[in-house]
Amino acid sequence: MLFTSYGFIGFLAVLFLLYYLIPAKYQWMLLLAASYLFYWFANPVYLLYICVTTVSTWFIGRRIEAVRSVQSAYLAEHKQELDKEAKKSYKALMKKKTWHLLLACLFFNLGILAVVKYTNFVISNVNAVIYAIGAGQPLSFVNIIVPLGISFYTFQAMGYIIDVYRGTVKAQDNLFRFALFVSFFPQLVQGPISRYGDLSESLFAEHPRDWSTISLGLQRMLWGYFKKLVIADRMLIGVNTLIQNPDTYYGAYAFLGMLFYALELYADFTGGIDITIGIAQVLGVKVTENFNRPYFSKSIKEYWNRWHMTMGSWFTDYIFYPISVCKPMLKLSKASRKALGETIGKRVPIYLSSFVVWFATGIWHGASWNFIAWGLGNWVVIMISQELEPLYQRFHNRFHVRGSFFFRLFQVIRTVLLMSCLRMFDCYRDVPLTFRMFGSMFTGGNWKELLNGSLLQLGLTLTDYRILFFGLVLLIAVSLIQRTGSVREKIRKLPYWGRFLLWYGLFLCVLLMGAYGVGYDASQFIYNQF
Amino acid sequence: MKKKGFKVVLTLVILVGSLWLLQRLLMPKYVTGVVEGALIAEYYPEEKNHDVIFIGDCEVYENFSPQILWEEYGINSFIRGSAQQLIWQSYYLLEDTLRYETPKVVVFNVLSMKYNEPQKEAYNRMTLEGMRWSMSKVNAIKASVTEQEQFLDYVFPILRYHSRWSEIKGDDFRYMFDTKKVSHNGYYMRVDVKPAGTIPDPKPLADYRFGENAYAYLDRMTALCKEKGIQLVLIKAPSLYPHWYDEWEEQMEEYAEENDLLYINFLDLIDEVGLDFQTDTYDGGLHLNLSGAEKLSRYFGTLLTEQTEVSDRRGEEALQRTWAEKRTAYDAEIAYQKEKYQIEK
Repeated sequence: MLFTSYGFIGFLAVLFLLYYLIPAKYQWMLLLAASYLFYWFANPVYLLYICVTTVSTWFIGRRIEAVRSVQSAYLAEHKQELDKEAKKSYKALMKKKTWHLLLACLFFNLGILAVVKYTNFVISNVNAVIYAIGAGQPLSFVNIIVPLGISFYTFQAMGYIIDVYRGTVKAQDNLFRFALFVSFFPQLVQGPISRYGDLSESLFAEHPRDWSTISLGLQRMLWGYFKKLVIADRMLIGVNTLIQNPDTYYGAYAFLGMLFYALELYADFTGGIDITIGIAQVLGVKVTENFNRPYFSKSIKEYWNRWHMTMGSWFTDYIFYPISVCKPMLKLSKASRKALGETIGKRVPIYLSSFVVWFATGIWHGASWNFIAWGLGNWVVIMISQELEPLYQRFHNRFHVRGSFFFRLFQVIRTVLLMSCLRMFDCYRDVPLTFRMFGSMFTGGNWKELLNGSLLQLGLTLTDYRILFFGLVLLIAVSLIQRTGSVREKIRKLPYWGRFLLWYGLFLCVLLMGAYGVGYDASQFIYNQF
Repeated sequence: MKKKGFKVVLTLVILVGSLWLLQRLLMPKYVTGVVEGALIAEYYPEEKNHDVIFIGDCEVYENFSPQILWEEYGINSFIRGSAQQLIWQSYYLLEDTLRYETPKVVVFNVLSMKYNEPQKEAYNRMTLEGMRWSMSKVNAIKASVTEQEQFLDYVFPILRYHSRWSEIKGDDFRYMFDTKKVSHNGYYMRVDVKPAGTIPDPKPLADYRFGENAYAYLDRMTALCKEKGIQLVLIKAPSLYPHWYDEWEEQMEEYAEENDLLYINFLDLIDEVGLDFQTDTYDGGLHLNLSGAEKLSRYFGTLLTEQTEVSDRRGEEALQRTWAEKRTAYDAEIAYQKEKYQIEK
């Protein structure tokens, strides 16, 4: 059930109605039923996977909690008898137990993710080797269903179990409540990846009907639909033409395709998140924000703090920091400082941890070398930026342009172009082709063609370009206004008919300019695939 | 509180009203160019006491003139035809017609037996949008929608035509609430001539059997007519193309015989009808022009009079007056088209 399908709109309408009709104490149960129904609509088989992850994670969470209770009880009971060393050794023993439980949970669930998502990727690589060395028959690909949103719910569940292990959250007693946390349908397909500590309270709370919150939620949804249907799905037509025909559309067209894709992805992903957060808000549930006007970032590092923020923080908290402080890494740090000197040596473990994080980020996005190259490309750019920092500093000491509007504009454009270049790995079918198309932007020599009417041969009409221009201007305008606070809150202060005019105008834009229905292919959200 | 209630009601009125107006504006009007989409709706304002109802595709609405059937045989008829009307659409149009009247004879053109599955959205629209809402329309939509279509798009056509705002023309405003007639009791008139040239050779088919779905609806049509005491007449219009295969002909003959139905293949009667495909077609043999349609109607009128229960109703004053008015419109259309196509009077 696509977010943009009539079926989904009907599903939401019924859910919203029931949600505020039933007694508030049953609301979370209704959400659980709705979430499983949503997943069942996608494919009943998917339910099996999410149930396995839910039950196993919940069970191990409870076991960790039980071990901790036993530990507390034991220590309280034997407070007088145990000396400091005995207490320490007992605690270490119990910690080891919880560590094993955590490992079991991580291996089991990340194993499921790895098997369903990466088996065929591994087979294709093994086959490539077999082919290269002429070692016999290639392996057959396996037919495995990849459940909708498995990367998102697995990461969410694993975040929970790590938090339970760390003691930052208490394990959930109720299996069904935990099942709702894992399967909450608005964020099931493309995130955000919520933390249990952030989401659980409002997810399980009773929500009396509050028209103000409901209307704010609906407004956020409408804005999301505008981004998705008016901009992203229209842009998709041009993007597909450009990237699926690299022999025809190279050089200047590759550059154009790169920019088109940057806009499409932004509108698609942030639009989807707006819909998700809007739905949750209508239900009274507070979901973590995932974007903070990323295309206004002045560096790649800043960009990654503002784009897909929940994923970024997940990788930082659950991969980067644990790796950075693990024993082998500390040993490596010591050794590298000794061998390479303090300045360079202290960077080795950071760069290595970053490498792991970006490799994982890449492969999390998809089972292909394109995504791995994209992830490592980000790593390279961030590392180079970091290494060049002294050079930048020297530049700023000499030319005092840091705060000027034009320099900031330059930084923003530079960041957008850099990120767009890296995203070319998402677009083309393989890594060599991506490099070839990137190179063609400098060697293609066909820039004049963009002015001879060929833009109208990409499947987009003049009206489409006008709509896209209008959409882009609106996106930028809204982002600029957001610098001083929520746009919806500002609109709320307008007189009733002014508000009505604005929101009804936006609704008409979606209704009339949306790329939906016959003649347009219903497009999944790009992040549904991850 | 009262003020708030008023505001809510006013908001709803503005919302619903403006969306309805927009929908009216955006829906295609079918008054120029492709007018076939207007045919189905033209039935409803008619006085409903017809003796003969035609159902089927372009081979009925372009090949028979109810005006001639009335003037020369006193047969009061209407054609509920539409472009590429599929057999289930014909069936549900028949059901829909029977909500208003029970004719003595229903004439069905059998070319659509060749389609067993939904075909094109554009043709679906031209047939289904003109139907008034009833269970027949609901079932017709359900049976017709292609994979890319959604039922809801028929309930709220604005969802289908939302992107037409960029191609709105004067006619869209002019005919927002009212439309002009484009047919003459369902007959789409053309007076111009384009002689038949070379007809493409028929392509061999993998399977010549009509599909199960098509047969199922033909069975339902037969049963419904029997139940209502209507004589169902099956015809194959004299169009030279698309090709009508011998194997198809055998199946229709067999079906007609098994079900005791009158079946007339006009392709075998071209000489008897007096059709000359150098002068009687406007598109090289696919469809008849006015001259051809009037010849065919005269011949068919004789058959209907001789082989069915229809009677001459020219004595009924009300009908006389109605058809006299229709004749005026008929002649005006002939004069208009002759001028348009620069044909000598």
